[in-house]
Amino acid sequence: MAELTTLRDAVADLVTDGAAVALEGFTHLIPFAAGHELIRQKRRDLTLIRMTPDVIYDQMIGMGCARKLVFSWGGNPGVGSLHRFRDAVENQFPGPLELEEHSHAGMANRYVAGASGIPFAVMRGYQGTDLLEQTNVALIECPFTGEQLTAVPCLTPDVAIIHAQQADPRGNVSMWGITGVQKEAVLSAHAAIVTVEEIVDELSPRHPNQVVLPSWAVDAVALVPRGSHPSYAMGYSSRDNRFYKEWDVISRDREVFSRWMETHVLGTSDHAEYLGAIQDELDG
Amino acid sequence: MSVVAARQLQDGDVCFVGIGLPSEAANLARLSHAPNVVLIYESGTIGTRPEVLPLSIGDGELAEKADLVVGMPEVFNYWLQAGRVDVGFLSAAQIDRFGNLNSTVVGPYEVPGVRLPGAGGAPEIASGAGRLIVLLRQTKRSFVPEVDFVTSVGFGRDGRGRSELWGAGPAIVITDLGVLTPDPRSNELRLTAVHPGVELDQVREATGWDLDIEADLATTGPPTTIELDVLRSLKIRTETAHSR
Repeated sequence: MAELTTLRDAVADLVTDGAAVALEGFTHLIPFAAGHELIRQKRRDLTLIRMTPDVIYDQMIGMGCARKLVFSWGGNPGVGSLHRFRDAVENQFPGPLELEEHSHAGMANRYVAGASGIPFAVMRGYQGTDLLEQTNVALIECPFTGEQLTAVPCLTPDVAIIHAQQADPRGNVSMWGITGVQKEAVLSAHAAIVTVEEIVDELSPRHPNQVVLPSWAVDAVALVPRGSHPSYAMGYSSRDNRFYKEWDVISRDREVFSRWMETHVLGTSDHAEYLGAIQDELDG
Repeated sequence: MSVVAARQLQDGDVCFVGIGLPSEAANLARLSHAPNVVLIYESGTIGTRPEVLPLSIGDGELAEKADLVVGMPEVFNYWLQAGRVDVGFLSAAQIDRFGNLNSTVVGPYEVPGVRLPGAGGAPEIASGAGRLIVLLRQTKRSFVPEVDFVTSVGFGRDGRGRSELWGAGPAIVITDLGVLTPDPRSNELRLTAVHPGVELDQVREATGWDLDIEADLATTGPPTTIELDVLRSLKIRTETAHSR
């Protein structure tokens, strides 16, 4: 059964230095508050897994949390580069970053294999591309048709962290809108933390594509309203596109980045304080 | 460029759309001559009809205006890989003479000069869609003899084609200067049309290889008043929405 706890305690209890951690959420429902808490608690040598590293992994990489990145698309969506990610890859700053990259379809299938408890998934793709040489996939022959297919290894993170719209007091979780690979990420991981916008007495039908995770498939649930800012939670908040554009300026320069992280993340004790700090900046 | 690209879509086509220029062209088609085009974005939003162009591939607008929203394994496996997509619309940082696309690195992989975002959905869109349309601005830096990294395979580094590979390869490449299509024998991209007012020298200057030019080179039809009006109002709505 999931324990209803605070994000601070959930991260302290479940995420160790050196762990393989997957923070998922495809543009929508990105668990920013949890990423910030990992930065505050100064986790190091993490293997960060995520289809789209986005601004949250840019922040974690720039703050020195990551040893390795497993991903499929590392940009600031609709804006351009992730400058801290690029600085790590191109200049090894603040340290070297090992890369393992895939396509989106490859990553999605790797989570499916992990969630299904099998060692690999089978798909078309990778063949003819240079990705084949740079990553850990293998070509296999279909035992039934002889067709050459691509095997992608399962992902089994130590911890998966996601943000969802709602949980009930027993820790059952509900999310809707673009739900990406969150269900697969949670079921592929050894432990799972979910932050939620709201705790409601009882989960109810909210949307045609609603996804429910039962309490016993999750380890910790923490109430963190607006826990996905500057990403968004359908039905609760809108994507802060202005922040994503501003991040391009903040992250371009090492010192501007460090000062921003000091003020807004290290200098705040939790997500509520972060939201206050960010609001002051956006209003000013 | 968007207008010429939009005209490639037929009413009723199922189209897998990349963000940026492809998204602009696909929505222009939907709002003008192809109202029944089915747009799929890799965020799992299927049959979506956004009022404004999304900034990211997972904007709330796409989910709110979709016929259905599915998870990522489903969108790539059931809808794209299984062959339910007629047209794929992609962009890239580099393209080479054999239509291979690079969105991974400029320079060597281990010590890249520029680290680009990476593959995303592109490799499977390039192979899984029935017909691949590539859309990018033409410069010497983007139109190179050989891409630094094959993120999405066109006709292979040697141009020998794809008999061993999944999918058909790019059908057409549309740029801000004109239109290129692969030669049926050599698989090399050749210039088949220019946009009105574009000189041949301009196109040669913006291409990193000795460009083969179709003998009876066509000129693309200029944008109609309706196309321009739709595109203009779409852009205004989009700018207003994203400056909030």
